[in-house]
Amino acid sequence: MTMIAITSTGPSLDDQVDPRFGRAAGFLIVDLETMDTRYIDNGQSQVMAQGAGIQAAQLVARAGAGWVLTGFVGPKAFKALSATGIKVGQNLEGLTIRQALKRFKSGGIEVASGANRAGRGGR
Amino acid sequence: MREIIILSGKGGTGKTSLTGAFAHLAGGQVICDLDVDAPDLHLLLKPQRERREEFYSGHEARIDPAQCDGCGLCASLCQFGAIRENGGGLAIDPLRCEGCKVCVAFCPMEAIAFPEKHCGQWYLSSTRFGPLVHAQLLPGRENSGRLVMVLKQQARELAQARGAALLLCDGAPGIGCPVISSLSGAHLAVAVTEPTPSGRHDLERVADLCGHFQIPLAVVINKYDLNPEETGRIAGFCRERSYPVVGRLPHDLSVTAAMLRGLVVTELPDTAFSLGLKRTWSRIKGLAGLGCQGNAAPGGES
Amino acid sequence: MIAAVASGKGGTGKTTVTASLATVWGGPLVAVDLDVEEPNLHLFLRPTIEGREKAHLTVPVVDEARCNCCRACADLCQFAAISVMGSVILTFPEMCHGCGGCFAVCPEKALSCGQRELGEISWGRSGPVDFLSGRLRVGEAMSPPLMRRVKGRLQQMLGSVGGDAIIDAPPGVSCPAVNAVLDSDVILLVTEPTPFGFYDFRLAWQAFAPLGKPLGVVVNRAGLGHDAVYRFCRDQGLPLLAEIPYDRDIAAAYARGRIVADLSPELRETFLSLRGKIGDLARQCRPRKAVHA
Repeated sequence: MTMIAITSTGPSLDDQVDPRFGRAAGFLIVDLETMDTRYIDNGQSQVMAQGAGIQAAQLVARAGAGWVLTGFVGPKAFKALSATGIKVGQNLEGLTIRQALKRFKSGGIEVASGANRAGRGGR
Repeated sequence: MREIIILSGKGGTGKTSLTGAFAHLAGGQVICDLDVDAPDLHLLLKPQRERREEFYSGHEARIDPAQCDGCGLCASLCQFGAIRENGGGLAIDPLRCEGCKVCVAFCPMEAIAFPEKHCGQWYLSSTRFGPLVHAQLLPGRENSGRLVMVLKQQARELAQARGAALLLCDGAPGIGCPVISSLSGAHLAVAVTEPTPSGRHDLERVADLCGHFQIPLAVVINKYDLNPEETGRIAGFCRERSYPVVGRLPHDLSVTAAMLRGLVVTELPDTAFSLGLKRTWSRIKGLAGLGCQGNAAPGGES
Repeated sequence: MIAAVASGKGGTGKTTVTASLATVWGGPLVAVDLDVEEPNLHLFLRPTIEGREKAHLTVPVVDEARCNCCRACADLCQFAAISVMGSVILTFPEMCHGCGGCFAVCPEKALSCGQRELGEISWGRSGPVDFLSGRLRVGEAMSPPLMRRVKGRLQQMLGSVGGDAIIDAPPGVSCPAVNAVLDSDVILLVTEPTPFGFYDFRLAWQAFAPLGKPLGVVVNRAGLGHDAVYRFCRDQGLPLLAEIPYDRDIAAAYARGRIVADLSPELRETFLSLRGKIGDLARQCRPRKAVHA
């Protein structure tokens, strides 16, 4: 799988990895072979109080991504991502998209085995 | 940015009065009242509203009597007993309606509308201690957990934009939906308890909740002198579970006196209570990793 | 008669009032703790527990052999408890409100009933008084489903022994609080005469007045703050049924788990009189039909 979804604060490779998954500002979808990028805005999730993680998982699944790179993933989103076979690389907050991609290509990102955030989004 | 949430389990232990004083001691940080159900912090902080937004959450079902043929299928499907014969036909009790859409989906006459539910307002305000994000749920409305999430989101963005070191939140009583929502993403929870059977019992429940969501907990024993034995039991419980007790504050009517004047207790001349409160706040800052760095509080240390 | 003891603000003395009324009630009574998030009534009534049971919510479990991922359930679910990800169906039982819509809508009969534990219901006796209480499981977000179960058992108890019930309601003015008072005949609002107490009292009044049920007011810690609550009651024609004075000794006795009505003959008299007034209020207003009944 060569498509990667990275939670991003903006549409360029020099924007920051958004630490949030469900409520990320947006997703930068990167085709690793061609390095084509496409930005999906996720602004509407800011006002959603529940299911933002699940909806974000649906969004990246539909975009054809095989990996998600982000900061924190909650349990529901993690369950949804792993159900569709999408691998998760987490704890990447503080990097730019470019840096995160570089680390990914060099094999420096492990497949997460579980959610790294216990919080939940309200009923 | 660190996020501290003040909780209590039991209501009336002094949570909001203490939060107000902490906001004063922190000085210029972002403050958020997450007790959207019965918010009181604004009574101390006297906010100037700068932005007001309506809050909609979920939907509610409404039967159009002109289209309803009274078949009663909706009433038989409703798990919440919200649909009843009401003299002239079937009607939905908005207080019992859960907004699940089952009646809407199954009505053979398509006679049930499903409008969005207006649940309240939220506000961005300025106060003498810094910006306040707060809300008011319309009385009797549900979904305060969702409103809590909206407030937190706004408060975090505001704190980030201002480069604030701290987001200080006043939580709701209990351990249910709004409290669970308010815990998510917090770096430290501070439970304000009192040495009464209810105080200790409810502290244990709120402590279990924090454990469940892996949020570190510190404890303030307010009105500790009302029952020294119970205070000892609470301290024992905290020791056993390794929760730091960051303050023992006496029963003191100066808190009420300040409230009556629309002030927080640390704005009045020093008493044993307010001096204790200042020491409590510096311990909380230490635990939350705020130390003396960042935008530490003017007048925060005594 | 079912009397609900409520308040907007927490810690105004709901449980104190409920426990005290239970001890002076006279006649068959079920004392019910519906503050399922933080139940405290048992700490004062100290009942002998005679039985307990777990309460559950029915949630969907997918039979993957039958499910063809048609999405009908996921599209109907308003609570994000079922989601279809491509060719995989996922359930999030902790989000489920138990509406049963997914079961009803599934064309393949691919859903069977699972359970989520809501908490525990217990019952017993405290002297002459029957006792009933719900206790939410720590981590469970929704209290109304458990409260509905407790109220169901209350109806059974009242059906078999008759008599009255007094409900200790949760604080606040949103869904759990409204749920607690919804089936009562009289609502007692307990407040304290402080700015916080008054602000939340007014919210509670706004939430409960539209129910069309008789409302009465109890002022706890009278003498502590200001007189806004008294003026409000006068202006709105809300009957002030009792005042419990602010007294450090009362606070200290409460802190030791004492029931306030047992502290002095005067306090006992206060609650006896309150009990009588609650009965009068219910009788006066009985013919009135509640808007939301």
